[in-house]
Amino acid sequence: MFTNFFYTLRERKIPVSITEWMTLMEALSKGYISSLNDFYYLARAILVKSEAYFDHYDVAFQEYFKGIKTPPEISEQILSWLKDPFNRIFLTEEERALLDIMDLDKLLEELEKRLQEQTEQHDGGDYWIGRGGTSPFGHSGQNPAGFRIGGGGGGRSAIQIAEQRQFRNYRQDLTLDIRQIEVALKGLRQLNRTGPEDELDLEKTIDATAKNAGDIDLIWRRSRKNKVKLLLLMDVGGSMNPFAHLCSLLFSAAHRSTHFKDFQYFYFHNCIYDYVYKDIERRDTISTDHLLHTTEQDYKVILIGDAWMAPSELNSVYGAIYYYERNYKPGIIRLKQIADHFSHCVWLNPEAPHYWNEPTITMIRKIFPMFELTIEGLQQAVKKLIVKR
Amino acid sequence: MINNTFDKFKGSHDYVTSEALRNAVNVAIALKRPLLVRGEPGTGKTLLAHSISRDLDKRLIIWNIKSTTKAQEGLYVYDTVQRLNDSRFGDKDISDIRQYIKPGKLGEAFASKEEIVLLIDEIDKADLEFPNDLLNELDEMSFYIPETGETIIATHRPIVVITSNAEKELPDAFLRRCIFHYIEFPDPALMEEIVKVHFPEIRDDLLRQSLATFYSLRKIDDFRKKPSTSELIDWIRVLIASGTPDETINTDIPFAGTLLKKETDYAYFINTFMKKKQTTKTTDS
Repeated sequence: MFTNFFYTLRERKIPVSITEWMTLMEALSKGYISSLNDFYYLARAILVKSEAYFDHYDVAFQEYFKGIKTPPEISEQILSWLKDPFNRIFLTEEERALLDIMDLDKLLEELEKRLQEQTEQHDGGDYWIGRGGTSPFGHSGQNPAGFRIGGGGGGRSAIQIAEQRQFRNYRQDLTLDIRQIEVALKGLRQLNRTGPEDELDLEKTIDATAKNAGDIDLIWRRSRKNKVKLLLLMDVGGSMNPFAHLCSLLFSAAHRSTHFKDFQYFYFHNCIYDYVYKDIERRDTISTDHLLHTTEQDYKVILIGDAWMAPSELNSVYGAIYYYERNYKPGIIRLKQIADHFSHCVWLNPEAPHYWNEPTITMIRKIFPMFELTIEGLQQAVKKLIVKR
Repeated sequence: MINNTFDKFKGSHDYVTSEALRNAVNVAIALKRPLLVRGEPGTGKTLLAHSISRDLDKRLIIWNIKSTTKAQEGLYVYDTVQRLNDSRFGDKDISDIRQYIKPGKLGEAFASKEEIVLLIDEIDKADLEFPNDLLNELDEMSFYIPETGETIIATHRPIVVITSNAEKELPDAFLRRCIFHYIEFPDPALMEEIVKVHFPEIRDDLLRQSLATFYSLRKIDDFRKKPSTSELIDWIRVLIASGTPDETINTDIPFAGTLLKKETDYAYFINTFMKKKQTTKTTDS
């Protein structure tokens, strides 16, 4: 029963195993299900083990059970959704400006008109209410001034719940909050026994005591501590401004993580030249050579930047965007120095990977392993930092 | 749900649940699988077990997990040091090992004569291997004590509720055996119910104003820690106690320290939000 649903889920990259599927079958065979609604929750509780996959599940559920859907009918509910100002919060500035161009009442009027004209379900195209088009009405569309209509009125069916996709924000390929970053950074540890011998080694104590014919002989050992040292180099200003909030989240997470043996951070602009900066305003400088001399090679290095600049900024002497920097070595040489000095480096890029074929990004990717600045990317980066090259 | 024996848990009078959560709990009970609950801090993960225990009238055993907790401790502890110590004085019969075997929380739950609710709280605090070490015991609901040659088998499988804050990744093998539920942050309607459970006498105006303010604060993404349910409850308690006029709740946000627990958040709130309020006020007048 529903076997194809299993494969739909697997196609959506949800790690569902046979064990879980059999559990679901057991539940179904016991007759716990009376409606599709029950099935939605039951299957989710049994098959999906992380909220990060809830959205994938919703998409798969929609895909598989689409035929069962009742045809959408327009009701008061949709009209109230359209008036709902909360949706606007999720739009970018640009989209909101576009939205403001279109008057809400005019839009509603237009919607009603088109509803009367339209008699069938319509996907694609740029006029009718439907899915995937550029018409301002419907969902999965492209018109930034438009509204998304996610299903019909009436009672809340499981399909509608799936269609609301309220777990979209829990997807792992999106960046979320500071706590998740902290959790990801927690992976960055190598435990070694160091410091004073202050931990009782129970097994050895028992061994020694037994050998001592019952006379208690306490054996102590050193406790385990994290020996990872972290160096954070962050691009600030200019093209990084849109990502400032994201970077500050990462920074505070790293700063709050007390489990590092040492944590240092410096700032740069676009590319690293002769100097890096101790403060975000880039006033307090320290020479890159000095940094390389004074920090040991076993620091794990995370560079954060969009790596997107004019090629001359990367390749030329005096290429720095600020003339007063007058760098005597091209930025790319400096980056290579860093990559050579430290054995573990990664570059986190807040730009989406489809921009990564830009010439300067391509060049920098040859020097540092580059990951996207999302939870998933960060986890991969942390793994890369732990293993030897 | 049609089946009567299946639909057991309805949420107790002081714990408001969503349909999805009730379903998950009942599925876990019916299939006799552990229920793994995750969610933001302050959404009532731990309270769920208390509620199940009260609603089904079953005893609750709580096993709080710490970073030092070992799986073995939950089953039993063999107090070798005590035995060794006793051996030096000879006032006890040290050949009777049984008196040095102390059952852990899990052992206690298995040995219980009636069906009970077992809460394993914050399982992700422990070592990475911890859940794996419990796999077999939770599956079979039995364990073997080699020192005495005894096997403890649960006569009634306990209802196991496990909470996690996602501090560590839980092993796949462990997850496969669980029923999973993610407690979402309550929407305003559900929150209204929750508040009413705590303050049955609350005035409508106060409730409306405080909820509106609360949800507008939660929309600010710059907070390091967003206020959660428990903070809201505390805040409303203070509002009622202080007798603050309802209409000032939205404008002045009194006692904001109850809602915002982080110093940086509070400072941010005072600097940006309250200043804006003041400037608009002065321009109004």
